Amino acid sequence: MLSVLALTSIVLLGIASQTTAIVVYTSWERHALVGTDVRLSCSFFSWQWTSPDVTFSWHYRPDGAKDSIAIFHYAGGAPYVDNKGPFRDRLEFVGNPSRRDGSILIKNVDFADNGTFTCDAKNPPDIAGRPSHVRLLVFEKVPVQAGVITGAIIGVVLGLLILIVAIYYLMRFLVARRVFSLSMSKHGKKGKGKEGSQQKQVLAVADPVKLKAAASEKKKQESRREKK
Amino acid sequence: MLLLLMGIVVLHVAGLVLLFVSTIVSAWAVNPNSSSDLWTNCTTLNGVSKCDPADTGVWIQAVQALMILSIIFSFLSLLLFFCQLFTLQKGGRFFLTGAFQIFASLFVMCGAIIYTVMNPEWVPAKESYGFSYILAWVAFPLAFISGLIYVILRKRE
Repeated sequence: MLSVLALTSIVLLGIASQTTAIVVYTSWERHALVGTDVRLSCSFFSWQWTSPDVTFSWHYRPDGAKDSIAIFHYAGGAPYVDNKGPFRDRLEFVGNPSRRDGSILIKNVDFADNGTFTCDAKNPPDIAGRPSHVRLLVFEKVPVQAGVITGAIIGVVLGLLILIVAIYYLMRFLVARRVFSLSMSKHGKKGKGKEGSQQKQVLAVADPVKLKAAASEKKKQESRREKK
Repeated sequence: MLLLLMGIVVLHVAGLVLLFVSTIVSAWAVNPNSSSDLWTNCTTLNGVSKCDPADTGVWIQAVQALMILSIIFSFLSLLLFFCQLFTLQKGGRFFLTGAFQIFASLFVMCGAIIYTVMNPEWVPAKESYGFSYILAWVAFPLAFISGLIYVILRKRE
């Protein structure tokens, strides 16, 4: 029910604004490396058919400046490129007006080209609409994302720590198992008297903490032998 | 005995707090109207303060990582101290605690050294070092001494 209402309202709005609004689309921001070519795309949506008198115009406002200058104009089926301003010999029209594409190509960008580009399209009789802005950012080299290296270093060090702890406990566990299987295999062969010393020797390899326990056990066994 | 224990814990916690403050507060390099640290550059013009994220260079991210790692290791050594206090045998040494604390102090030292060496790249020459930077250098010997005490200390009772 709600969706039907929404749809009808959109259609009515569309019909009502048929001869009143043209919508211009560009990117929000463009990033480029110094010396490369960057393509600024511009397109528009209009309820009218694309007229032969369609016009595109591009303006440029450097970062920090208040006024914008005109750098490109397409009218009457012919493109007019700026040949006096900062983009002379660097601007090229690569759009297709019959397909509503008014894109331009800027070659060999430099840091002085940082700024805001404005595209304005008019499709008579559909002429009332807002121009659209695209911001150009020129980099010397692709910047490293904030936090990538930080996270990598922290992850590697903590990972190594966990790895070392895991290996330590694994070694303890394995040696304990080896002790267990050794004592079981030699139990039948040599008898109880020497089993204690055998255990003591292998335990000494395993853990210094258990050494004390084994030493006290050896003393107990010796005292037992003395009593016998 | 209890007094000694309290003294050692206070020393350790003091080092940890210094590390925290040094990493978080924005005062590694200060100016009359701006301060910059590991995470942001803040400028105050006519009473309005504006902060930008710090340069995303490789070295400052390494300093960030080292400071955070030192905090983590110092905290882990505090936990290990309390753990070993109850599980260690009589006469045993707090090797693991001391090792972690010494690692933490080494990380702080590395971070402070990298910041000092790479400083001219980020901060204009007329800026002076702020108190967070000094705290980082103070935390290094504090943590190192604390770690040494742990390694030398023997458990009694």
